[in-house]
Amino acid sequence: MKKLLVTTTALVGFAYGAQAAEITVMSWGGAYAESQIEAYHKPFTAQTGVTVVSVDADNPAVPVEAQVKAGNVSIDVADVEYPDAVRLCDEGMLETIDHSTLPPAPDGTPATQDFLPGLLLDCAVATITFSTIFAYDASVFPEGPTSISDFFDLQKFPGKRGMGKRPRANLEMALMADGVPAAEVYDVLSTPAGVDRAFAKLDSIKGDIIWWEAGAQPPQLLADGEVAMTTAYNGRIFNAAIAENKPFTVVWDGQIQEYDLWVVPKGAPNLEAAMEFVKFSTDTQRLADQAKYISYGPARTSSSALIGLFKDGKTEMLPHMPTNPDNMKNALGSNFEFWADRNKELEERFNAWLAAN
Amino acid sequence: MAEAVAGSGGGLRTADGRPLGEALAQAQGRARRRALLLVAPLLLFVLFSFVVPIGQLLISAFSDDDFARNAPALGAWFDENPRGSPIDESAYAALAADLKAAKENRTAGQMGERINYEVSGARSLFTSTARNADKFEPPYREAILAARAEWDNPRLWESMRQASSSVTPNFFLAAVDLRRSETGGIERAPEEVRVYQMLFMRTFALSALITVLCLLLGYPIAHLLATLPLRYSNLLMIFVLLPFWTSLLVRTTSWIVLLQSEGVLNNILVGFGIIGDDGRIRMIYNQTGTIVAMTHILLPFMVLPLYSVMRPIPPSYVRAARSLGASSWTAFRRIYVPQTMPGVAAGGLLVFILAVGYYITPALVGGATGQLISNLIAFHFENSNWSMAAALASLLLLAVLILYWLYDRLIGIDNLKLG
Repeated sequence: MKKLLVTTTALVGFAYGAQAAEITVMSWGGAYAESQIEAYHKPFTAQTGVTVVSVDADNPAVPVEAQVKAGNVSIDVADVEYPDAVRLCDEGMLETIDHSTLPPAPDGTPATQDFLPGLLLDCAVATITFSTIFAYDASVFPEGPTSISDFFDLQKFPGKRGMGKRPRANLEMALMADGVPAAEVYDVLSTPAGVDRAFAKLDSIKGDIIWWEAGAQPPQLLADGEVAMTTAYNGRIFNAAIAENKPFTVVWDGQIQEYDLWVVPKGAPNLEAAMEFVKFSTDTQRLADQAKYISYGPARTSSSALIGLFKDGKTEMLPHMPTNPDNMKNALGSNFEFWADRNKELEERFNAWLAAN
Repeated sequence: MAEAVAGSGGGLRTADGRPLGEALAQAQGRARRRALLLVAPLLLFVLFSFVVPIGQLLISAFSDDDFARNAPALGAWFDENPRGSPIDESAYAALAADLKAAKENRTAGQMGERINYEVSGARSLFTSTARNADKFEPPYREAILAARAEWDNPRLWESMRQASSSVTPNFFLAAVDLRRSETGGIERAPEEVRVYQMLFMRTFALSALITVLCLLLGYPIAHLLATLPLRYSNLLMIFVLLPFWTSLLVRTTSWIVLLQSEGVLNNILVGFGIIGDDGRIRMIYNQTGTIVAMTHILLPFMVLPLYSVMRPIPPSYVRAARSLGASSWTAFRRIYVPQTMPGVAAGGLLVFILAVGYYITPALVGGATGQLISNLIAFHFENSNWSMAAALASLLLLAVLILYWLYDRLIGIDNLKLG
């Protein structure tokens, strides 16, 4: 059955022959993919002569899984989130990555100690820390919201809200806004009553939510005035605010930190070059370079010291990083185990909740 | 030219003496083979790109062997021990053997994922237990329960029993908001995850509404096109066809521009003071958005069959009715409308069936409440639950076939004129 499917897909899809000096890297588009092109892809091509083709997806884990299942893989390297990396690895869909081949820090510290704890997986290498925050248009709210509960307060701050069309991060934010301390969020969310509570909180603003699906959408929704505030990935708002001079302000209270990781799908057409790319792009200098283009924290300890100014040459990057102590006062680390386990189930419930009138 | 002559052996023969029937069959057979050869590339293409993949997909609605393939020992145990047998040491021994193999082959995630559809948390139960599976010693029951106590769950074992045969009706059950109970019976799914019945209803209701709207809007247009002199009607026809030739995405996004809360229509309404700046009407990212955009996009499918039926209707019939004393309304209702019925039927069927499977427009402008069943099919495909997507798609196909059959019984498919 699967073999037949492969044959027909290959026949119909006219699988492109693997070309030698080229790899395909799939990421999330917009300002984030742009930062990867500048910091990783271009220097990699300059050094090795291998062209890097950057393609975008709303969530690269989805096409990776579909391609591996269908046995017709065209992606060499993909940028996925932590729970997806764990899940795909568990399901045998990713190549394993030998940590000892990753370059050490400039002072000789081996990669296994240089990366932040937990950021090297059997099949994945982390590149950045990002965070889901909420942001507002300062020209709409001069006396802006300051806490996560303000996001759910339609009386005090009327207007539409933008939220990602998925349960992850939304449920945590709902609980924090409902008064659950960050440290207890996943304990509460692990109980059926906790899930009900989170959905009840979301329900209180459901009629005023506009759902976004791609990371590039929320800054656009804010700019169009379609929403008064929106959840977003912090780097996207940073890019709109600093590089495009939009009056957007990030509220760090209740931020949810996550990681993005490189993975290599099983059956990647250019496996060797893909592994070279992963090694190249996760050395100390490259990871620090990326922070020059977007406000996401590097996954290596040794890179942090190298973070300086934004590409405009005047904006200090540190205050815009999710890991900056000032921004960490009420922060939650996303629990990947919880989401690797419960995502399907909660997504089902989320869909049912969403579709109900 | 086969000139028939009466031969000695009786029956008709051709001029060169062969039996007529045989010669005819030979000649026709050759023509048929040539015709077949000509369409062969198309047939093969349809077979490989359409029939085979769709057939496979429909089959996959019944089958998912992610668990069965990776759990041979458990499968054997379930075969030997019918439902209701105690989950004893031999069962746990089989589980331990399968988990050990799963650890070696990295398949614990696949196994767990399949069970996770029915028992949440099963995915991590499988992966975390498999991580230490090579260290399990008999008695396995104690060893496994010591690793994770959750293994002692009857629903889990029932789910594994069902998953150990690769053919399952469970996806179809889930597609109509049912599920298997702990004892293997059938029960309704918990209320908070029931969504498919409601979505099927909504899909059919909205499609019917869109069909009616298309008819209401399309009928006068088609009538106008059919009755105007040709040079005007050709010009008008271009206005109907132009959007038809424009990309679906362009048309959908232009509705976003028009209808969004900072959009053209709302700005005009606010500009004229009809509504306040804070009272902007929400016309998109909800059901209204889906209805408006889909009606517009599907309108040509209604207008074209209507037009092709109305054009040849001679105006003299209505004139005759009028001269015999019918009011214009009666003449229209009793003379004109019945003659356009084949077009109404064709347009209605076309629009309805297209609307039922519509995906991209509701995804873009439907927000949450304007989503149709096809959006959930897409969701399951994206999340690699192909069996679930296939089950939903099969049900949709079945429902459309039933409607088509009903339509044939009630109106008659011969009564359909597509142009």
